[in-house]
Amino acid sequence: MSRSRLDIAAALPARLDRKLVRDLLAIRLQALAIALVVAAGVAVLVVSAGMLDSLRETRSAYYDRYRFADVWAPVVRAPDSIAADIHQLDGVAQIQTRVRQPVLFDMPGLSAPASGVFLSVPETGLPTVNRIHLTEGRRPREGQRDEIVLLDGFARAHGLAIGDSVTATIRGGRETFRVVGFALSPEFVYAIAPGQLVPDDRLFGVGWMGRDALEQAADSAGAFNEAALILQPGANERAVIDALDRLLAPWGAPGAYGREDHISDAFVSSEINQLGTMASLLPPVFLLVAAFLVNVVLTRLIAMERAQIGLLKAFGYHSRDVVWHYTKFALVIGAVGLAIGVGGGSWLGRQMAGMYVEYYHFPFLLFELPASVYAASLGVTLLAVGGGAVLAGLRAARLSPAEAMRPSPPPDYSRALGAAIARWKRFDQQSRMILRHTLRWPARAAFTMAGVAISVGLLASSMYFLDATRAMIDAHFYLSNRQDVTVSLVEPRPRAALHAIARMPGVLTAEPVRYAPARLRHAGHEERMALTGAPAEARLSRMIDSDGNPVTAPPGSIVLSRDIAASLGVEPGDRIEVEITEGNRPVFELAIANVATTLIGSGAIMEIGDLNRLLGEDALISGAWLRVDPERTDALYTQLKAAPAIAEVSLQNEAREQFETLMDEGMGTSIYIYTIFAGMIAVGVVYNSVRISFSEREHELAVLRVLGFTRGEVAYVLLGEIALLTLIALPLGCLMGAGLAWYFAQAMSSDLFRLPFIINPATFGYSALVVLIVALSSGLMVRARLNRLDMVAALKTGD
Amino acid sequence: MRSDPSTTQSDASGQPACFTTRDLTRVFGEGSTEVRALRGVELDIPSGEIVVLLGASGSGKSTLLNILGGLDRASGGEFEFRGRDMTRISDTELTRFRRDHVGFVFQFYNLMPSLTARENVELVTEIAANPMPALDALDLVGLADRADHFPAEMSGGEQQRVAIARAIAKRPEVMLCDEPTGALDSVTGVRVLQALERVNQELGSTILLITHNASVAGMAHRVITLADGQIRETRTNESRVEPEALNW
Repeated sequence: MSRSRLDIAAALPARLDRKLVRDLLAIRLQALAIALVVAAGVAVLVVSAGMLDSLRETRSAYYDRYRFADVWAPVVRAPDSIAADIHQLDGVAQIQTRVRQPVLFDMPGLSAPASGVFLSVPETGLPTVNRIHLTEGRRPREGQRDEIVLLDGFARAHGLAIGDSVTATIRGGRETFRVVGFALSPEFVYAIAPGQLVPDDRLFGVGWMGRDALEQAADSAGAFNEAALILQPGANERAVIDALDRLLAPWGAPGAYGREDHISDAFVSSEINQLGTMASLLPPVFLLVAAFLVNVVLTRLIAMERAQIGLLKAFGYHSRDVVWHYTKFALVIGAVGLAIGVGGGSWLGRQMAGMYVEYYHFPFLLFELPASVYAASLGVTLLAVGGGAVLAGLRAARLSPAEAMRPSPPPDYSRALGAAIARWKRFDQQSRMILRHTLRWPARAAFTMAGVAISVGLLASSMYFLDATRAMIDAHFYLSNRQDVTVSLVEPRPRAALHAIARMPGVLTAEPVRYAPARLRHAGHEERMALTGAPAEARLSRMIDSDGNPVTAPPGSIVLSRDIAASLGVEPGDRIEVEITEGNRPVFELAIANVATTLIGSGAIMEIGDLNRLLGEDALISGAWLRVDPERTDALYTQLKAAPAIAEVSLQNEAREQFETLMDEGMGTSIYIYTIFAGMIAVGVVYNSVRISFSEREHELAVLRVLGFTRGEVAYVLLGEIALLTLIALPLGCLMGAGLAWYFAQAMSSDLFRLPFIINPATFGYSALVVLIVALSSGLMVRARLNRLDMVAALKTGD
Repeated sequence: MRSDPSTTQSDASGQPACFTTRDLTRVFGEGSTEVRALRGVELDIPSGEIVVLLGASGSGKSTLLNILGGLDRASGGEFEFRGRDMTRISDTELTRFRRDHVGFVFQFYNLMPSLTARENVELVTEIAANPMPALDALDLVGLADRADHFPAEMSGGEQQRVAIARAIAKRPEVMLCDEPTGALDSVTGVRVLQALERVNQELGSTILLITHNASVAGMAHRVITLADGQIRETRTNESRVEPEALNW
């Protein structure tokens, strides 16, 4: 860098610092490439750790302020007087009883019925548990029976305004309500219909009504069907739940549950866990790469500056001055990376927070970086670049002045690994040069390969999420749940109801289903879930084994999903105890017929007639799975919305589309971001490798030009090495990607879903292609320097 | 200034001269930093001669050699190689020219450290039109028995002789040598000069040799002295001295 062009350096008092600035400017592209790798690591750390912290803080503040329940206790119907008994239980701090009533909304402009739930709020005052946050309007007034507050997302999805009316079928009666407010609730941060996977604001709504009005509409005067509790600090949740279950058993309690089993909180927690995994896994990878890069680049710089270092030491500079000089060099790079990373990460974090607010219905979500994240970013950056620099600096400091001022001897290839290829006659001399150079510095070659492989691996593993989700969608929607519509009845009805449903317009096939809340026990383990009874030859909804074949349960046996079998510690052939928690609460034993692969949700399924028999009932059904004629859905939906016995309708196609949209948008964005990050690593590693190789071999390349080699032939010698290393690294990267994907599959699977370890070959292809393009561009950038090689100048000096 | 009025465009045998230059100039930099390295060089070098270029540092010897070898371009004037105008040809053609016609030997041997002696020679024979076997070239410089050694395993003289073998293996019409003995002791230097002499005799290559050592001029057919970017003197040796008899 010429003095006349840049005077930043001249402004510095210390001469060594001037040298530092000029040296940095001379290798600014390399320095920037390293800074970008640092930046990528810091940005991932800032985004994931910042987001993690923000989400946790927001969740905790929201739950506290709006008194989110710790425990929910549903019952069929219990007198209000029991509330006082519940309050007396050990560990209970607050209790709110309420009426919860499933409804079907009939929304204008939407032919399909939207499922939903109405919840009661006290006629006067605020609920003690599970308060709502009004975003617009007001609460229902005392005695105003037609007033309702709607879930904010649902209202907005339908373009409703305060004062509009909504019609819903509630316990068979069709009623119209006036919307007086929009609200958010900690219970519906992730607003999802029971049994659904992805929120769909249009198809799931929540309404809050005055208690009296809802008691009347739901025909439960003086009674409640759900208690929500806040526990005392330090209370034992398990003990409270057991006490509740005993207390409420006479009133048809299927079993109380805690936040862990609350669908909204479970999804939010799962998201937080995933962020935690990302925050702990990715930044170290980036920063390790950065540390290597700093070390390699500085080592090369020091090699080129041997004579200068010798001179400095001859002038009386201490070794520590030399080490500190090169450490500062790295720190400047680190500071630039840190600045870009924190700036970019905060920006990205705010964008993500915006997406989260859209998707998770928090009343507020501030993306704030706590001091700990700044400290962590600073710490890891210092560790990464400082570590790399000190090692290189120490090597420089060890040189004695006299030794340093002599030109370094030509590298000896005679004892290097590549010497033996002299016998291989197939190689031309340029290829020999490439191979020998690669083998002469195996550590550096390994590092370059590792960098390229990491890029491919990161890309492949982030793309893996698309493959896994696609596999989940295929398994869930195309193999297991092939129904178009699932209909749930308000309460179990005789088999005749199935025939009524089957006769509805557009219904092609109808299969009966019986759900019964149950507790499965084995060797001290207990799982609470809905037992599903389905026809043995069910064609629509079924469970699938690991080979993709449907599995059925012979009489007296049950099929469990793999996660349930695992947590109960059972295998096919074992026997479990089953307690049904409705009706006369029978307890019986069942054999495990088979274990099925369920990627989304969990399941326990048996033959419907068998279940009816064990329940001691006639052929009752809780609902039906339907295959429908897509041309006639409007007519079907109209009938379903008006049918009094139907509590809930879920539409499989809509759910699938919503899932796919989420995948395309949410994951699409993440993959885009990870592609950029992986690209940064690839650029940092490949550009620096080629650039270093160029500066080391500039002389050699000039000589080749002198000898009459064309630019293309010389470029082959320069770029052949990186091409070779990249080609070897690609399959390694794919392996690494597969390993990371396997890790993600383990680390990110939850009770809600299990990521299958399935990677589409195209994922590897895409990842390799992106990295190849990056490598090629980096190579071409350096190749441009070949055109400016000064043959004459190169020959004036020895190497 | 002409080197020899009797040979302008062709040598005694009627062949076109190997190199002809007319009013050749080379200017580096501009304005206050301008350096006029060559100021109107007029030169005719017949084929098959050994020509020694003498002159002080900065006299323009290396600049002239670089232009004749196609490593650099003149700023003005004419330059022909065997009657072909070299001043206006493309970079690709210049590369071709170096590849097909010119062998270089430098003060710093400029071998590829990652290739053995034989491979260094093969580097050139692989791309040459009519090369000799690499071992023959090494034999010519007396290094056939060191063929499989890497540069790091050889002495300076040996490395320089490998460089000569590399230059001659393509049977070049011209060998351009810039201080080939500059970094060598007298015994090794003589061996290198012997190798060059042998190449001149056996292959008929025209050899241009830059040296600071005036006694080396004794082995030349023709001695050209440069000063301040111009040819100060051209003389032909009536009787040449064998390299081993040179007074080092």
